[in-house]
Amino acid sequence: MTIPRIPKVSIDLLVNNEMRNVVVRPSDTLLRVLREVLGLTGAKPGCENGDCGSCTVLIDGWPMKSCIMLAVEAVNQQITTIEGLKDTPIQNAFLEQWAFQCGYCTPGFIMNCHALVNIHPDANDKVIQEWLESNICRCTGYEEIEAAVKSVLSKQRSDGRYSH
Amino acid sequence: MRQFLAIGTSVPRQEASEKVTGIAKYTNDINTTGLLHVKMVTSSCAHGTIVSIDTSKARKAPGVRAVLTGRDFPILTGSPLADRPPIAIDKVRYHGEPVAVVVADQEYQAMNAAKLVDVAYHPLPVVNSPTEAIRSQAPLVHENLASYKRFEAVYPVPGTNIANHVKIRKGDMQKGWAESDVAIEASFSIPQSDHAAMETRCATAEIKPNGRVEIYSASQSPYVIRDMLSLFFSIDPSQIVVHTPLVGGAFGGKAPVQLEFIAYLASKAVGGRKVKLVNSREEDFITSPVHIGLDAKVKLGATKQGKIVAAEITYLFDGGAYSDRAAIITRAAAQDCTGPYRIDNVHCDSFCMYTNHPYATSFRGFGHPELTFVIERAMDILAARLNLDPLTLRRQIAIGPGDTTPTQTVLTTSNVGNLAQCIDKLKEIIRWNDEPQVVVEGHKVRTKGVSCFWKNSSTPTDAGAGAVLLLNRDGSARLVCGAVEIGQGTKTVLSQIVAERMKMNVDQIYVEMEVNTDTCPEHWKTVASRSTLLVGRAALAAADDAIRQLRHIASVVLGCSADHLEIGFGRVYQKDNPQIGVQISEIAHGYRLPNGNTIGSQVIGRGSYTMRDLTSLDPETGKGNPGPEWGVGAQAVEVEFDTKDLTYRVVRASAVIDAGKVMNPKAARGQMTGGMSMGLSFASREAFLYNKAGIIQNPRFRTYKDHRYGDHPEYLVDFVETPHLEAPYGLRGIGEHGVIGMPAALANSLSLATGIAMNRLPLTPEAIWREKKENTGDSFRF
Amino acid sequence: MIPFDFEYYKATSIPEAIYLFQNLFLQGRNPLYYGGGTEIITLARTNRIYTEAVIDIKGIPECNVFAHHDHKLLVGSAVTLTRVSEERLFPLLSRTCSEAADQTARNKITVGGNICGRIIFREAVLSFLLADSDILIAGPSGINKKPIHEIFKQRMRLQRGEFVVQVHTDTDYTKLPFIAVKKRRIGSVGYPVVTIAAMKKEQLVRVAFSGVCAFPFRSHQIETILNDRLTPLETRIERAVRHLPAPLLSNTDASAEYRAFVLKNTLLDVLTALEEV
Repeated sequence: MTIPRIPKVSIDLLVNNEMRNVVVRPSDTLLRVLREVLGLTGAKPGCENGDCGSCTVLIDGWPMKSCIMLAVEAVNQQITTIEGLKDTPIQNAFLEQWAFQCGYCTPGFIMNCHALVNIHPDANDKVIQEWLESNICRCTGYEEIEAAVKSVLSKQRSDGRYSH
Repeated sequence: MRQFLAIGTSVPRQEASEKVTGIAKYTNDINTTGLLHVKMVTSSCAHGTIVSIDTSKARKAPGVRAVLTGRDFPILTGSPLADRPPIAIDKVRYHGEPVAVVVADQEYQAMNAAKLVDVAYHPLPVVNSPTEAIRSQAPLVHENLASYKRFEAVYPVPGTNIANHVKIRKGDMQKGWAESDVAIEASFSIPQSDHAAMETRCATAEIKPNGRVEIYSASQSPYVIRDMLSLFFSIDPSQIVVHTPLVGGAFGGKAPVQLEFIAYLASKAVGGRKVKLVNSREEDFITSPVHIGLDAKVKLGATKQGKIVAAEITYLFDGGAYSDRAAIITRAAAQDCTGPYRIDNVHCDSFCMYTNHPYATSFRGFGHPELTFVIERAMDILAARLNLDPLTLRRQIAIGPGDTTPTQTVLTTSNVGNLAQCIDKLKEIIRWNDEPQVVVEGHKVRTKGVSCFWKNSSTPTDAGAGAVLLLNRDGSARLVCGAVEIGQGTKTVLSQIVAERMKMNVDQIYVEMEVNTDTCPEHWKTVASRSTLLVGRAALAAADDAIRQLRHIASVVLGCSADHLEIGFGRVYQKDNPQIGVQISEIAHGYRLPNGNTIGSQVIGRGSYTMRDLTSLDPETGKGNPGPEWGVGAQAVEVEFDTKDLTYRVVRASAVIDAGKVMNPKAARGQMTGGMSMGLSFASREAFLYNKAGIIQNPRFRTYKDHRYGDHPEYLVDFVETPHLEAPYGLRGIGEHGVIGMPAALANSLSLATGIAMNRLPLTPEAIWREKKENTGDSFRF
Repeated sequence: MIPFDFEYYKATSIPEAIYLFQNLFLQGRNPLYYGGGTEIITLARTNRIYTEAVIDIKGIPECNVFAHHDHKLLVGSAVTLTRVSEERLFPLLSRTCSEAADQTARNKITVGGNICGRIIFREAVLSFLLADSDILIAGPSGINKKPIHEIFKQRMRLQRGEFVVQVHTDTDYTKLPFIAVKKRRIGSVGYPVVTIAAMKKEQLVRVAFSGVCAFPFRSHQIETILNDRLTPLETRIERAVRHLPAPLLSNTDASAEYRAFVLKNTLLDVLTALEEV
């Protein structure tokens, strides 16, 4: 039996808790669909090669480089973009610590940090580095980003949100 | 005593909340339906004649609206020297050069069609370094150098690969050598690398039916885009508008005009429809201009006491295939060629060399990180030869008021920062006198290396800026200006400058983020760490103008002379009786009388400023005044080097800079640490790797290494404040300065740790291994 | 952005995946099995790979197994490198997988993709080479288990239409003393200059390499030389390096000469540490 050619597909994506129907090329990356179809331009193209992390979004709570994921792969998964974060501790920490300059890598960094403090509330320096070396910031010297993440981790610990 | 309300406090960035919520818009974030997409076909050959370009298959590909080649619009662009076709004509001069352009409905269609353009090259011998380029038998990158138009002082040498030659002749070299007790000589090399801003360059263009040209661009120079489009395509400048929203990092790489020309031509080819051209990361690395490279030779003569009496310097810059701003960087390096030291006899030849590499443009520091690497390595070599402490040597010949620069400008307490004080403060923070410079523990060696630097800009003598301050009815104000927000925080500092002058709450000052060349007063360019001086002065003038208007209206309302009135804290009030006054919100748009008539109208302050007292450099001696002030600083890098595997870790990086006035401490520290990280990154690992045919092997972050989280050291940053009297509140430029001394300090530290002169960047463990092998014949552990 | 179109099929069973592949292949659509997909997407963007259909195997239950079963550790091909790193069922494998690419990318990259990919380093394979693992392969001829040494020679030697379902490793091997070291040009993200994974079984050291040559390998000849304890360690290492299966790799990360230096130093560290165990 011949399998018919399907140039475009209609899929439902759960983005920031909203179900969104989109028509995409199966070869479209999630990054391009978020930006160009859904208008969620917070995720940024920096290399489209999986190297720089500026397009990082969360898939079921885990950071994912949306440039190396097809939109069709994200069906039935929870997608969270920077537009889905409101007044979170990590966003406030980025503000307080001046953890950005040009702001271009910031959404990707924030998404990665947000996942990190949720998944590894007990993260030590080694784990923080392992996670954050996935992203490139070209403006700061990383000092302020380090301060931002650590401030959220220590606040969480002192608030006793986690029993570690 | 003056009361500082806004200056000197860490006022949060104006655009901070936009940037942490993802709503901040950059050029490529603006989605428009019906937009066409442009994709470049780039050269796979570094030097060759174009035998043929077959566009027939591409033209037939789905969605394609036009395919252009250089021949379709033969024109040469570039400034100061018009040597560059926007799309290659007849020959290609670097790997990655645009050779054809495809316009299609969808971006993927343009990408797909670009692949179908078939270009045949006849390869020519490749010029693969500036040292190769200056050899008499070197192949010529440009055969018709003499015919190129020039727009600024630039001295190409036809029949060679020299795009610019800048000379510094100061004092008497013969006398200098005669007075010398010792002489040292060394060679240095820095490969080309990249700015690698996270936002790749992007431009849109549209030519409206009435002839209006509308450009959006991620640029540091929107006004230059307008002027260059006007110049090269004969368009009335009033018919061109350029928009620049937030820019995602620039570092000098977004100062030149490139994609805008191509986007304009592409739009022209499709009847003026709006088109968008976005660089892929690979294109941003090699097709668009890069960070300059340098080969250099230095000879210093000094007395036993450590007075440098002769400096002979040759800079061969790797300007790449087209001269662009590299020609001016060549001049900048010449003007400050000695570093911040008192030297009476100086002979410097600074050359901008054509090679078959991507063309170079301004990079943070504009030639100064490069010249500083050379001079500060030489200073350490000299200190070792003289058996002097490297900071003591530097301290005793630190340039200062009363001394003259290589361009023979006389220094004053205003036009140069206080280097001696920076050195003293650096010594304290790095515990220079309390700890040895070298500490050995087993196979780990800890060493400290230092570097001083100075930096002036190479500013056009008429560079200027304007500003408009619009008062809102509620008494808040909106500042409109042409400075681009590239992450440096200029717009926030401008709001502080205005708030301070008007004694207003800084959160009542809004600065427009987007630059629109039609509606924002012109600003030269957002480069050279000069925006806070230029636009700051204009903003001060605008504030003064608004104050004058407010006092005038208030004087009518209060029935007294304007001279008796003062402004502050949201009111205009009588100096001698502050209880009598009027709220600014009551008069910002005129004072409304009970009968409805209004006294005065909206208060709109205007101000502008143009650079003063600058002169162009004499072509034979270099004599002249190149820029408004020399910023200075002293920096240090501490490394832990592993003698077993030759790897190292930067433990600490330190800097003391004369900021004139620290306007915003958090922002200032961020500028410094960011610059230091960038300097360490470029010194330790960044480089384009060319093969013999001039093809770049690493145009991706996968293989082009730069600093990531965890590579960063502990930073120690401090400031000295020696006011620059011309600038608002005495400030000095600091945006570029963190980067400048880092390569030299790192190399000095590693030279100590390894016992080998590390005179070539980047300082990778492999480079250390190679130097060790070449110098000692020792294969180390094996 | 990928410049060409392809279709996307998500298989939920092994037979479905094989059926899809065969059909699409017969229609000339050059299908590819798709795991994490990171390499396919990046190569497609730059026109270094072409396909008209991808078959995602992440929905196949067998490909997602990661557990001990009947004295074997089963690692499904669609298991991500992050999962392998975090659930430390095979600490050596966790260690080598945690050094590939970067943490965020490892959330997407799968064990199968890493082993079968075109990128020459394939560091996930090293542990399996050392542990004499078996590879469970599905294809038009059914499901077959083959020793890794038979199927992995420089790269996976799969027939058209075949894909890796699981890797099976004797549980005993997952408990042996080991060392894994990755040396990069500089920094802690990126391809290896040299990666060495080593384990010690019955007083004998086993060593596998990535980054050294243009393919990962384990060499019995090299292991024989290195285990010759009567010879000084440094002499053994010098000899071993003379018996590499191919010339030392020379690329943007390191020249061949420098690689030799790093290789010898790293071997010295690895063997010194393992001999003390």
